[in-house]
Amino acid sequence: MRAGRGPRSGPRPARPILSVMDPDGELLHRLRSGDERAFVSLVERYHEPMLRLAASFVPSRAVAEEVVQDTWLAALRGLEAFEGRSSLKTWLFRILVNRARTTGSKEQRSVPVADPEPAVDPTRFGGDGGWSDPPEHWIEAAERRMEAGKLADRVRAWLGELPARQREVVLLRDIEGMSSEEVCTVLALTEGNQRVLLHRGRSRLRQLFEDEFREVR
Amino acid sequence: MKLLRRRDLVCQQAVELVTDYLEGSLSRSARRRFEAHLAGCPHCTEYLAQMRETISLTGRLEPEDLTPQMRDEFTDLYRRWRSEQQ
Repeated sequence: MRAGRGPRSGPRPARPILSVMDPDGELLHRLRSGDERAFVSLVERYHEPMLRLAASFVPSRAVAEEVVQDTWLAALRGLEAFEGRSSLKTWLFRILVNRARTTGSKEQRSVPVADPEPAVDPTRFGGDGGWSDPPEHWIEAAERRMEAGKLADRVRAWLGELPARQREVVLLRDIEGMSSEEVCTVLALTEGNQRVLLHRGRSRLRQLFEDEFREVR
Repeated sequence: MKLLRRRDLVCQQAVELVTDYLEGSLSRSARRRFEAHLAGCPHCTEYLAQMRETISLTGRLEPEDLTPQMRDEFTDLYRRWRSEQQ
């Protein structure tokens, strides 16, 4: 966690060069030398995450599956041209998003980031801006339920209910573990918009956890 | 940030800064104000802990495994691609 570190200085390049150490470097090498198991390993690693991401651009699971299939084929075809300027993962996800956007473009997706959407329901604060209905404690209860294997499906369902753009950012950052720079590259977002979407998505999820564990009153 | 013009943060403002704080994107003075607010506010401290927990819980979702049928499909896809290359 990068909490509490100082602000980074200066603007960053729009397309940072990331891949000093690509975790998929070995797979890439094997793929290029014609090892089909390397391809299956790569698919195992990224197929499901790509499906989840694609699903947020297109109307149905079936279409998402097509987009992901197309992406794999496009990736194989583009492999020779891949220069390693980003990680293989970022490159793959970028192909996916480009294809998914083209396929899903009938759908109106221009949700303006500028619209205010408070992290917490304003009625939970008093006139002085202080909590009148403070957050209830749920961390231990959630941990217990997660350990018992009884929470993951709920969280998956909640993710599915987030607005698409928030879901995309949360998926890539918090599930895929991409850096903010990588997410900006994949989704073609500015740093600022990426952060707004991440903030809204995480804030909504926090509220859903709280609702889930709120004492019945 | 404009809303930080005032010296002290209120809770409703603090909750909007949590992600910027966790991302390390607050200015030094904004971060100090945020941390000063937390030091005096157990509810916002709890709120920050819950946001961290939310990130942690979300991050524990496991991708589902490929079915054997899908493994075969992708092996075929790869072989087709290889044969195109020849």
